[in-house]
Amino acid sequence: MRLINRRPDRSLWLILAVLPFLALLIAYAAGSAVRLAENPADKLLPGLTAFADAIDRMALEPDKRTGDILLWVDTGASLTRLVAGIAIAAAGGLLVGMLAGLLPLARAALSPFVTVVSMVPPLAVLPILFIVVGLGEASKITLIVIGVMPGLIRDLMLKIDDLPRQQLIKAQTLGANSWTIAIRVVLPQILPRLMDSIRLNLGPAWLFLISAEAIASESGLGYRIFLVRRYLAMDVILPYVAWITLLCFLMDWGLRAAQSRAFPWFDRARTGQ
Amino acid sequence: MTAISVKNVWKEYGEQVVLERINLEIAPRSFVALVGPSGCGKTTFLRMLLSEELPTRGEITIDGVPLSPEPGPDRGVVFQRYSVFPHLTVLGNVMLGAELRGSRLLGRLFGSSHRQARDDAAALLDAVGLSHALDKYPAQLSGGMQQRLALAQALIARPKVLLLDEPFGALDPGIRADVHKLMRQLWHQHPMSVVMVTHDLSEAFHLATRVIAFDRTRTLPEERLRYGACITNDIDVWPKRVAGQPDFGRDPAHLPSRDDPALDPGQSDRDDPADAA
Ligand SMILES: Nc1ncnc2c1ncn2[C@@H]1O[C@H](COP(=O)(O)OP(=O)(O)O)[C@@H](O)[C@H]1O
Ligand SMILES: [Mg+2]
Repeated sequence: MRLINRRPDRSLWLILAVLPFLALLIAYAAGSAVRLAENPADKLLPGLTAFADAIDRMALEPDKRTGDILLWVDTGASLTRLVAGIAIAAAGGLLVGMLAGLLPLARAALSPFVTVVSMVPPLAVLPILFIVVGLGEASKITLIVIGVMPGLIRDLMLKIDDLPRQQLIKAQTLGANSWTIAIRVVLPQILPRLMDSIRLNLGPAWLFLISAEAIASESGLGYRIFLVRRYLAMDVILPYVAWITLLCFLMDWGLRAAQSRAFPWFDRARTGQ
Repeated sequence: MTAISVKNVWKEYGEQVVLERINLEIAPRSFVALVGPSGCGKTTFLRMLLSEELPTRGEITIDGVPLSPEPGPDRGVVFQRYSVFPHLTVLGNVMLGAELRGSRLLGRLFGSSHRQARDDAAALLDAVGLSHALDKYPAQLSGGMQQRLALAQALIARPKVLLLDEPFGALDPGIRADVHKLMRQLWHQHPMSVVMVTHDLSEAFHLATRVIAFDRTRTLPEERLRYGACITNDIDVWPKRVAGQPDFGRDPAHLPSRDDPALDPGQSDRDDPADAA
């Protein structure tokens, strides 16, 4: 049988899916064991007990100085910033994207501008943000918004262009005005696509968040890993990275689940059944 | 009653003349089929009737009034594809017309007007044979059911003119015959004129009261750009069909005394000359 026609069954699929994760773990454990055998004080590839200690210290016991449990404080601070940034970017992106996608007059005024703004590297603007809005929460949230929103706008404009033109004609023959076309025809079809767009932008949003936290902050997951870097505390950094990855994965999964719950027609239309 | 009048209409895209010298008077309650080779400008003509495109020259009027420059509820449309909204259920698609016209601000109805719209939509969906699928989404329907839905959705707005662009072109023959029957029934029941583009001659003669053929008369390569298609044939379908009288012509008393050799009373129930060919 040709290779392109061979499909894994359920159990083989599971084995194949787990395999790379397992390989990574084994490679790490082996490397760590070799280094620790040579030098028990090695900090680069700490063993599993070191991780357990670090996780216990960061996630379960209050910090001696502040009395807070650091992992939860960091997570709360980071997620607040991230969710605020993404929410503002999504709302603004939806508004501008709908205007520019639906109204030729608005498109003429907005499209070239958005295209140019989307070319500005957001991190290069970060110093300006620190100077203008200060080192507080606003600068970090603004960085996420600046980093994510232009892409969302452009994506939504393209998605609106992709709606069959027949639909807009049809709506007009049913008596719709521009506003009711926007809210009854375009918006409900664009929302699930916006959720797709946000999923694709989760990675960049985390990137901007961690960058801003690394540079100027007193809390947050990004702040913490850059802080303990000074002590080569791999036993803290690696669990934090895994935790951030898990959070990102859960957000992606949550958006996907919310999308299929809220827009049951969307999957059907996409797969044509 | 709605008379459409097309006066010396031309359509050009840049250098290319697509249609030229189109003159047409369409009587109220007609069912006009537009036929012609692919690319001759049938869709373009329909889009001008819809105000999706404006004529380069000439004028189109309905009951003497020039067409408004954008699509509106006086003219309904069914396309070959993408006529219905994928995010609305079957019922929602048909209710949409009433909701959009009843609420300029929200595009939604509530309370008794919502119930009224729901009942009207359900009744029309029953008439097109979709009463079992009210809560399905279009992606769950077959092609034939989607076009039935599109017809119901267009008709609920009570258009004066119904425009159809190859609406049944993608359907299997068996399903197409069913939808033809429905189409003819709808034309009898609803006070509208129909203009239908088709590339299927048999379909044209099977449904229409009048068949109009578009074609290019100049086909030399150097002429293709500067000369467009015009009306090359204009045929009143015989035996005559009369809107609202499904049995007209089947009853020998109604048979006109035209000396058409194909028309002897014994064949009067045959209503499709093209089928015999
Ligand atoms: N928007 C447009 N711009 C330029 N040319 C067009 C446009 N729409 C249609 N045409 C041209 O007009 C001609 C007729 O097209 P159309 O009306 O779709 O033909 P039909 O429906 O009879 O197959 C074609 O040659 C097509 O290339
Ligand atoms: Mg066409």
